[in-house]
Amino acid sequence: MYWRLILVSILGQMQYKVSFILNVTGQFVSTIIEMAAIWALFTRFGSLEHWKFEEVCLFYGIVNISFAIADGLSSGFDRFGTEYIRTGNFDRILVRPRGIVLQLLGHELALRRLGRLTQGLIVLVWAIVMLDLVLDPITFIYLMITIASGTCLFMALFVLQATLSFWSVESLEVMNTLTYGGVQTTQYPISIYEEWFRKFFTFVVPVACVAYFPILVLLGKQDPLGSSIVFQVLSPIAGFLFLAFAIALFRFVGVKHYTSTGS
Amino acid sequence: MRIAYISIISARYRTLLQYRAAAIAGFVTQLFWGCINIMVMMAFFALSSEEQPISLAQVVSYIWLGQALLGMLPWTVDKEIEAMILNGDVSYELVRPIDLYDFWFCRTIALRTASTTLRSIPMLIFAMVVLPLAGLDNWALDLPASMTSFLVFTISLFFALMLAVSFTMIMHVVLVYTLSGEGINRILPAFTIILSGNIIPLPLFPDWLQPFLNLQPFRGLVDVPFRIYTGNIEALAAGPDILHQIVWTIAFILIGRFMLMRSMGRMVIQGG
Repeated sequence: MYWRLILVSILGQMQYKVSFILNVTGQFVSTIIEMAAIWALFTRFGSLEHWKFEEVCLFYGIVNISFAIADGLSSGFDRFGTEYIRTGNFDRILVRPRGIVLQLLGHELALRRLGRLTQGLIVLVWAIVMLDLVLDPITFIYLMITIASGTCLFMALFVLQATLSFWSVESLEVMNTLTYGGVQTTQYPISIYEEWFRKFFTFVVPVACVAYFPILVLLGKQDPLGSSIVFQVLSPIAGFLFLAFAIALFRFVGVKHYTSTGS
Repeated sequence: MRIAYISIISARYRTLLQYRAAAIAGFVTQLFWGCINIMVMMAFFALSSEEQPISLAQVVSYIWLGQALLGMLPWTVDKEIEAMILNGDVSYELVRPIDLYDFWFCRTIALRTASTTLRSIPMLIFAMVVLPLAGLDNWALDLPASMTSFLVFTISLFFALMLAVSFTMIMHVVLVYTLSGEGINRILPAFTIILSGNIIPLPLFPDWLQPFLNLQPFRGLVDVPFRIYTGNIEALAAGPDILHQIVWTIAFILIGRFMLMRSMGRMVIQGG
């Protein structure tokens, strides 16, 4: 069922080829420019505390791949407030004999996110080569789990944003501090930040658990913050749990609260 | 005639000031952005023993000014002008007894200043007053380097606004050509923003890039006024930098006018 919804969405987007290509290129270029800024800082300063440019690239690659996939999958949640709540279209979803979450996931597979995804992949592969990381099957699987966990975490943020829109469809720009801000934050190793900030992104919105801690495992590096290896290895679980929590909140608190607009 | 232009600016300005909720949300977002940037910069500066071309305190002030004046950067177009071009209402604009370029130029001044004033005041209060009160002096936006710096900064900021407006006008004219809100206007802002210095201050780019960075137009948007403010550029030696802003503004206006004139000859009106 999900695949049919997605297929339709892909076919639809392919109808506007020029627009599609420009969108992807646009995103590709703007993420390259982000990378250029990081590169410039490393050329100027040499290193960032204990971290080399290649290591930060590994962070950058993994976080951006996770975010790009999540962003591509969740546009139904991202635009939930404006496209479903404000218009009253959510009623149509509720009366259909299929799951709500499934239908919203099938809203659109935003292929324009391919720009960020491609760029993230290039940076990741480059970093792996430069760091001489040996990708034996276990490391590879762990890397995939990390990316999957990151995807879940960012999707959870979009689901939370959709949940909030049951109360207000205004001012949701604030959620961007968590989504885009989360990406921005975890592009760098979180050990460079102030303690309150680190705690927030480890325990409240566990972005660090899907990037910083598992990447330490991949790099085989001691944590300058002194976390234990067991905690680091297990930390990606947080991403999956966070998504489960967000969906539960959406279904049992958000949908319950829903009263329709329009006629 | 002069009055007409001023009333266009003030009417648009007051309309755009209505979006207060968006401004609050934007404030929180930018505050967060400023904090991340400052922490990243502090970490980079912490272990660097070399003398850098710009000091950490100057970088911090630069970042806050950048967050406060973000709305001034030419990274969006006027939504109503865009809609007019796309749905054909632009033809009504053509029958007005006023030069189209001047008319849109005035609207664009309002676009670039309204959201900026709304967002900059709380941001400046926060960065200049609240942070020092909270004991976070090294996170705060410092006062201008001197009274002269401040005066020269305001002059430079005015030309930064003109530069931003004249470049936004080019983006509007591009819309007339391409009849699409996507494409080039999605790609241009990314370049504008990094080349202006908004992502990282331009002096922190590698030395071999500096000659190019000093020539390109976008440094006049952010880098020139902010470095004058922080004293990184001596106020009394800022003449060439301000001249640089003026020359590029004139160039953008001429290019924009020329492109608009040419497009009028072959304009396709959308809609029926």
